[in-house]
Amino acid sequence: MATAEKYVGGGVPRKEDPKLLTGQGTFLEGLTLPGMLHAALVRSPHGSARINSVDVSAAAAAEGVVAAYSGADLADEWAAGLPMAWPVTDDIRIPDHWPVAQDVARYVGDAVAVVVATSRNAALDAAELVEVEYEVLEAVVDVEAALADDAPRVHESFDDNKSYTWALTNGDVDAAFAKADVVVSERYTQPRLIPNAMEPRAVVAQSVPSTGDFTVWSTTQIPHVAKVLFALTLGIPEGQIRVIAPSDVGGGFGSKLNVYAEEALCIALARRLGKPVKWVAGRSEGYLATIHGRDQVQKIEIAATSDGDILGYRVNIAAAMGAYLQLVAPGVPLLGAFLYCGCYGGEAYHFECTGVFTNTTPTDAYRGAGRPEATYAIERAIDALAREVGVDAAEIRRRNFLPAGDMVQSPGGLAFDSADYEPALDRALELLDYDGFRSDQAERREGGGGKQIGVGFSSYVEICGLAPSQVLASLKYAAGGWDAATVRMLPTGKAEVVTGSSPHGQGHVTSWSQIAADALGIPYEDVTVLHGDTHVAPHGMNTYGSRSLAVAGVAVHNACDRVVDKARGLAAHLLEVAPEDLEYEAGTFSVKGVPDRTKSMPELAFAAWTAHSLPEDSEPGLEASCVYDPPNFTFPFGTHVAVVEVDTETGAVDLVRYIAVDDCGPVINPVIVDGQVHGGVAQGIAAALYEEATYAEDGTLETSSMVNYLVPSAAEFPSFETDRTVTPSTSNPMGVKGIGEAGTIGSAPAVINAIVDALSHLGVTDVPMPASPERVWRAIQAAQGGEA
Amino acid sequence: MIPASFDYERASSLDEALNMLAAGGEDARPLAGGHSLLPLMRLRLARPSLLVDIGGLDELRGVHADGDSVVIGALTTHHEVAGASELTGGSGLLAKVAEGIGDPQVRHRGTLGGSVAHADPASDLPAALLALDAEVTLAGRGGTRSVAAADFFVGPFMSAAADGEIVTGVRVPTREGWGSAYRKFQRRAQDWAIVGVAAVVNWTESGIAGAAIGLTNMGGTPLRAPGVEAALAGTSEKAQILAAASKVSELETPPADENASSEYRVHLAQVLIARAVAEAAGCPGMQPG
Ligand SMILES: Cc1cc2nc3c(=O)[nH]c(=O)nc-3n(C[C@H](O)[C@H](O)[C@H](O)COP(=O)(O)OP(=O)(O)OC[C@H]3O[C@@H](n4cnc5c(N)ncnc54)[C@H](O)[C@@H]3O)c2cc1C
Repeated sequence: MATAEKYVGGGVPRKEDPKLLTGQGTFLEGLTLPGMLHAALVRSPHGSARINSVDVSAAAAAEGVVAAYSGADLADEWAAGLPMAWPVTDDIRIPDHWPVAQDVARYVGDAVAVVVATSRNAALDAAELVEVEYEVLEAVVDVEAALADDAPRVHESFDDNKSYTWALTNGDVDAAFAKADVVVSERYTQPRLIPNAMEPRAVVAQSVPSTGDFTVWSTTQIPHVAKVLFALTLGIPEGQIRVIAPSDVGGGFGSKLNVYAEEALCIALARRLGKPVKWVAGRSEGYLATIHGRDQVQKIEIAATSDGDILGYRVNIAAAMGAYLQLVAPGVPLLGAFLYCGCYGGEAYHFECTGVFTNTTPTDAYRGAGRPEATYAIERAIDALAREVGVDAAEIRRRNFLPAGDMVQSPGGLAFDSADYEPALDRALELLDYDGFRSDQAERREGGGGKQIGVGFSSYVEICGLAPSQVLASLKYAAGGWDAATVRMLPTGKAEVVTGSSPHGQGHVTSWSQIAADALGIPYEDVTVLHGDTHVAPHGMNTYGSRSLAVAGVAVHNACDRVVDKARGLAAHLLEVAPEDLEYEAGTFSVKGVPDRTKSMPELAFAAWTAHSLPEDSEPGLEASCVYDPPNFTFPFGTHVAVVEVDTETGAVDLVRYIAVDDCGPVINPVIVDGQVHGGVAQGIAAALYEEATYAEDGTLETSSMVNYLVPSAAEFPSFETDRTVTPSTSNPMGVKGIGEAGTIGSAPAVINAIVDALSHLGVTDVPMPASPERVWRAIQAAQGGEA
Repeated sequence: MIPASFDYERASSLDEALNMLAAGGEDARPLAGGHSLLPLMRLRLARPSLLVDIGGLDELRGVHADGDSVVIGALTTHHEVAGASELTGGSGLLAKVAEGIGDPQVRHRGTLGGSVAHADPASDLPAALLALDAEVTLAGRGGTRSVAAADFFVGPFMSAAADGEIVTGVRVPTREGWGSAYRKFQRRAQDWAIVGVAAVVNWTESGIAGAAIGLTNMGGTPLRAPGVEAALAGTSEKAQILAAASKVSELETPPADENASSEYRVHLAQVLIARAVAEAAGCPGMQPG
C-alpha cells in the first residue's frame, strides 16, 4: 500500500536496535566453520629489537598445535607489504611493513611469530612456548625526541625519522604578520589516543583449495577497499576474493578503516593450511595491535589587529606515524591542514606538517582524523587572542566569522558550502544564558571559595563526506571518493537497497530505509538494506570520514529517482497515456485530471516482474543503480559550549553542562543524529579530560588496559543539551552534511577553554590535555608562582 | 585474554575447603567473589593450579552485632556491608566505604574477605579496617586465630595469612557516638582510589576528643597517620585541622603512577584528610570552602 507518510526527518526507531538489545546480533566472534583453526600471535615486548632467532619448535610440538611460523617462514606469502594508500608527497619515505616482522621488531606489539592450533586456548598457550632471541635496541617514543639529530632511528635504512614534510601556503604570510599589532604564539600537544570500539577486531579466512577462492570475514569498515588490497598483498586474483563485513560490526571510529597484519596473516595461513583460520583480538592485545590516533605537537601563530581581527595564520605540526605507515596515516594531518583557520577569515595562511616515525603502535585515522587536532589548535588560540586583546571569547569569534553564504572562500584555501556561523553561536549563547553565567562566575570569584566555574566555546567547521575523486587525487589519495547504490523493487512490492557503505553502528539500514520508503512511496518496514558483502554489493568505497549519508545515502536517493523514472514509463504504458500525463506522489502514478486512474509502485513492481506487457525498448524488472561522486566535500559546523566547575584545592574538574548546536543540514533521523553527536562529544570530552596513551622510554605501552587507559562512562558526563540550525549543503541534491565526527571535532577545545576560563583570574592560561586533576593543580601552582 | 588452565573444586564446608587447599599445595587458591583474582588470571599474571570455590560457605556470610563490636563474615558482599544496619557509630564507616567500591556488579560479587585477603594497597576496605582497629579472623587446619588489622597487611598484596589459611571475617569495635567519613579521590566513578582517606572522629563540645585516620593507596600497605591523629586532638577549627592534616607529609613517600605523582598524592591526602575529618565531626563550621 502506498502511504503519504514522510519518514525522512522523523525519529523512527532504529531497525538495528531490537536485534542488538535482545542479544541477537551476529558478531564475528560467533562464527565457527567446520575444521576451523585459531591463530595466536607472538608479539615483541621491546620497542626496538633485532630478531636474532625465532624457535617455534616447542610451540609446534604442543598439544593441539597445527603449525607455528616465524616472520621469515612466511616471507614468501607476500606479494607486497601491508598497504599504505596515501603517499602525500613524492619523496615520502615508506618503510617495508610485513604482517610478521622478519628482521627488526619496531614497537611493542609488532608480531614476530604465529601459532595455529585447533582451539584458541591451545594457540594462546603454545604462543608462550615460542622462543625469540632479541638484541634490544634503543627506542624513541616521543615525536619531538624522534626529530632530534641524535635520536635512535626507527628504520635503519632512512637517514632520520622523518617520513615526509607537506606544506601549504595561501597569500603573503610574512606581510600579514609584519603589519599585525599582536601575534599570539601557542604550542599544544595532542595526546595519543586508543580507539575503543565495543567489539575488538576479528577475522576469519577460508580457502577453497580446489578453486583457489577465498572468503574473508572481517570486522572491517572497508570490505570493498580491503578486497582490492588483500588481492595486492597476497597475490590472489581479485575476482577470487570475497570479503564480508558481518551485518553487525561493533563500532570502528577509524580503527577498522585499515588493512591489518592479522587479516593478511589469516588469509595466508588459510592458503597454506587449506583450512579456515580465525583470529580474535583480546582487548589489551588490541591496545598494542590496532591503530592509535592523534599524537601530534602543534605550533600555531595568529597575527591580528589590536581589535582582534585576524590577519594571518602560521602552523607547524609534528605528527607521529608510529613505527610503520598504516593505510591512510600520512594523510590524516592533511584532513586538518585546511582547517587551522577554523570558520574565521584572514589574508594569509601557512601550514606545514612533518610525519615522524616513532617506536610505537602505528597511528591512523581516529574519529575526526586531523580535524579535531586543527579545531583544538584554532579554538584554543583564538581564546588566547581574545585574552591578549581584551575581547570577550564569544565576541572575538563573531568578529572573525567568515561571511554567511555559499562557497565562501576560507584562508586555508577551500571554499565552504552552506556557511552561516552566527546563528549557531547565538543559539548556544541563548541556551547557556551567557550573561547569567558571567554574573554567577563573578559572584563565585568574589566569594573566593575553592570551587570556581568557567565557560568554554568552540565554533568549528569541518570537512567531510569524502568526496570529489579529483580533489582526492590532487592530495595524492590513492582511492576514489564516490559510492554506489542499487535499488530494486521485488515482485511483492517490497524494495531491496544494496549499498556500498559498510555500517558498523551508524544505523544506515534505518536511514537508507527512510530515504527509499519516501522516494518509492512504500512503508519503511518494506525496505531491506543489504551491505557489507562484496558478492552482494559489487561496488563501494565504504564508511569513514562522515561520508556515508552525503555520498552513499545520496546514491540511494538518486537510484530511487531512477527507479521511479522507469516505473513512470511502465505506468504510462499500462494506463495508455504519455509519461508526461502522469503525476507521481507517494508511490502512486495517476493520470492528470483523472485521479482514479492509477498505478501504484507495488502494482508496477509486479508488472515489471511478470513482464507480460512492457513498453517497447524496456527490459523486465524495476531496478536502477547510481554511482555518485559529489562535486565537493560538505562542511558541517556549529558551536559547542562547556561549563565546568574546578576544585582549586585538588584540581578536579566537574563538567557541569555541555551544549552542542550543530548544523548538518536537513536531518534524516533526529534520533540517529543526536546519537552521533552524543557519542562524538563523549569521545572529545574523553580526550580533554581522561584518555591518554603513554609509553615508557623503552617503548612499553604503560596504559595497556582500561584500568589505566581512562575511557569514561556515562557516569562522568552531564546530560548533553543538543540543538541544531539547518543550512542545506549545495554539494548534493539532498542538502545533507556528515555528522559522524562533528561531536568529537567540536568538543575538546570547549572543555579546555572552560577550565582555563575558570582559572583565568588566578593567572592560568593553559592546561594540557587530558586535564587530569594533577595537571590542573600544577597549572594553578605555576600561575601562582609555585606556592602551595 | 583467556586464563591458563586450572582445576576447580567447590567446598561445602570450611573444613572441606581447608583440606582441599592443603591437598592442592602452594598454587591452590580460595575463590570468593573472583573480582580481583579472575582479572589477574585473565591477564595470566596469576596462574593458580587449583581454585577452591568457597562461595557456598554460608557460615562465612552475614553481619552480626556482638556487644560493643560487630562481626562481619568474610563472604559478606560489599553490597551487603553497605546496607548493614548493625554498622552504627564509628563502624558505620565500613558501610560508607563499601557503598563506593567499583560498580554495582562489583559490589554484588566482591566480598569483604576477598578484599582483606587480597591486601591491595589501593583497596578501600583495608584502610577503614585499620582506622577502626579491627581484627581479622583466620581459620587453618590447625585452628583459628585473630590478627589485628595493623599487623595483617604486611606489604603490597601480602598479608599475615599463611598459605592454606582462610580469612573467616573481621571483628570491628562499634565506637558508639563517633562519626565517620570516607573521602575517595578518583578520576572515573568506578575507579580505584588515587588517594582515599577514612576518618573516625569523636567530636565533643570542646572539639575533637579522638580521631583515627586510615589512608588508601598512600604506601605499600594501607596506612594509619599517627602524627595527624595526635595533632588533631583538641582541635576545633578549620585552620587547626588543616595544620594537623599537613602532618601527613611525615609518612613514607607515597607511590607515583600515571594518575598522580608522589608530591600530588601528599597534597591530596592533606586536602582530603581535612575534608573527611570535618565531615566525620559533623561540624559545618569546619567544612572547607
Ligand atoms: C571493575 C572493578 C572495580 C573495582 N573497584 C574497586 C574499588 O574501587 N575499590 C576496591 O576496594 N576494590 C575494587 N575492586 C575489587 C573488588 O572489591 C574485589 O571484589 C575485592 O577486592 C576482592 O574480593 P573477591 O571476593 O572478589 O575476591 P577474589 O577475587 O575471589 O579473591 C581475591 C584474592 O583473595 C583470596 N581470597 C578470597 N577470599 C578469601 C578468604 N576468605 N580467605 C583467604 N583468601 C581469600 C583469593 O585467593 C585471591 O587471591 C574492583 C574490582 C573490579 C573487577
